[in-house]
Order: sequence, then structure tokens, then C-alpha cells
Amino acid sequence: MESIMWSLIGGLFIGLAATFLLLFNGRIAGISGILSGVMFPVKGDTFWRAAFIVGLLGGGLIAPLVFQRPFVFEMQASLPVIITGGFLVGLGTRMGSGCTSGHSVCGIARFSWRSITATVTFMLTAIITVALVRHVF
Amino acid sequence: MTNIKSDRLIAYGIAAFLTGLLFGAGLTVSEMVNPEKILSFLDIFGAWDPALILVMLGALIITIPGFQLIKRKDQPFFALKYLLPNKTVIDKKLITGAALFGIGWGLVGLCPGPALTGLVTLEPDIFIFLLAMLAGMWAFNWLPKSAK
Repeated sequence: MESIMWSLIGGLFIGLAATFLLLFNGRIAGISGILSGVMFPVKGDTFWRAAFIVGLLGGGLIAPLVFQRPFVFEMQASLPVIITGGFLVGLGTRMGSGCTSGHSVCGIARFSWRSITATVTFMLTAIITVALVRHVF
Repeated sequence: MTNIKSDRLIAYGIAAFLTGLLFGAGLTVSEMVNPEKILSFLDIFGAWDPALILVMLGALIITIPGFQLIKRKDQPFFALKYLLPNKTVIDKKLITGAALFGIGWGLVGLCPGPALTGLVTLEPDIFIFLLAMLAGMWAFNWLPKSAK
């Protein structure tokens, strides 16, 4: 029950963050897009991206102190799987113009059919991947 | 050239930092930074954990009405205009990209946000994941034109 509450609270924070970024700066809180904009910088459009990313890390440092919630991190994938997974996430989010934040949180809120399609697609392939890894192989 | 109001440069940077902070805090308290938690959500044939759906619901409860209300305001506080994606076509590139992202996400249980916030654990594995992810973003530039 407590874990359900924290899922909802975390979601509210994420929703507020995305809403404020649009309200104040007019930008979409799509993290893959924000990050690739730092990798391939355009003059005058890079500093805010770096500030947002520093904030993302800061949130991970501050939240456990403020909310007395532990930072839980368990990662069991082997090295070749980590490298393959990371590469596919990077390539896929650029090719598909976004990730969970940009498509599923912001895009769905804009009622974008592209984002709804992307969300259904990556949910499906992720579920199939986990099913194969955990229950078939 | 730039979209930022010239007298709001610092405010713009601070807003970006604070929204990033709130976003990272949200990922942390909801445990979305934990790859194992994400994989339990994706594992519908195992001991399914609905957490990610609840996080998305919590976020959409705010963004759906929030974004509609923002539309009524003609410009953001610190910028000249809203910069929104303008593509509407559902093409092969969108589907292929999303499908590849989903496979990577399902393999490890990390997407770009948690991959960044998770760096605070200082676990070597997450730095390796991030480097591989950046390599994937970079590799996109080298795809043949037909794939872009």
C-alpha cells in the first residue's frame, strides 16, 4: 500500500516537473531529447539542458534525505547485455524521437498520435523482451 | 535566434535546474530508478508489479489538464514561444525506433531518465550503460539517409 502511494507521489512530481518546464520555458521534458541536445550542441540551446540534467542527478541525491526514502538500485544484467541494451536505448530513442518521458508523459498529454503509437510499441517490445529473457531462454 | 527572453536568461536556467530536480526526485521516490522494479513491471508473466502504470497515471493526472491550461497562455514565462514537436506522421522510423528502444529497455530495465539520475549510485554498471546509450545516440548519425 505504501509502495502504491509512493508510485503515485513520484508520478505527480514528474507530471509537475514536465508541466512547469513547459509553463516557464516552453520546452517538453523529454529526457532523451534533452540529452542528445547536449551531445550535439546548438548555440544558445545547451545550457538549460545541462542545468536540467544536473537537476536530475540532484533529485536523486536530495529525495532520499527529504522524503526518507532509500535509493533502491538493483541491476542484474551482465556486461554484454548492459552494453547492448544501452546502445539500443540510445539509437532507438533518437530514431523514434523520444523515450518514456517525452512520449508517455508529455506526448500523451498533448494527445499526440505519434507518442501514443510509440508508447504502445516500446511497451510491447519491452514486455516481449522480458518474457523471452525470463521465461523462454 | 534564441527562444529565451533576453532578460530572463538566468531564470530560464534556474527553471530548467529546478524542474530537473523535481523530475529526478519523482523518479527516486517512485523507485523508477531501480532497473529490477521496471523489469518486474514489464514481466507480465511473472510476479507483476503495477508501479510504472501508477507513476504514469500520477504524471498524466497533472500533465493532461496542465498542458491544456498552458495552451491558453500565449507564451511561456521565460521564453518567446512554446517549442513543441510538429511532426504528425506515423512512419517506419518512429515505429522502428520505439521498437528498438523497447528491446533495450526490456534487456536492462533502464530508460534515459533513470540512467542519468541513477549515476548518483556511482555503480560502474550504470556508467557503462550510459556510455553505451550515448554511443547509440551517436551511431544514429551514421545510419544511411533512408533510415533517418
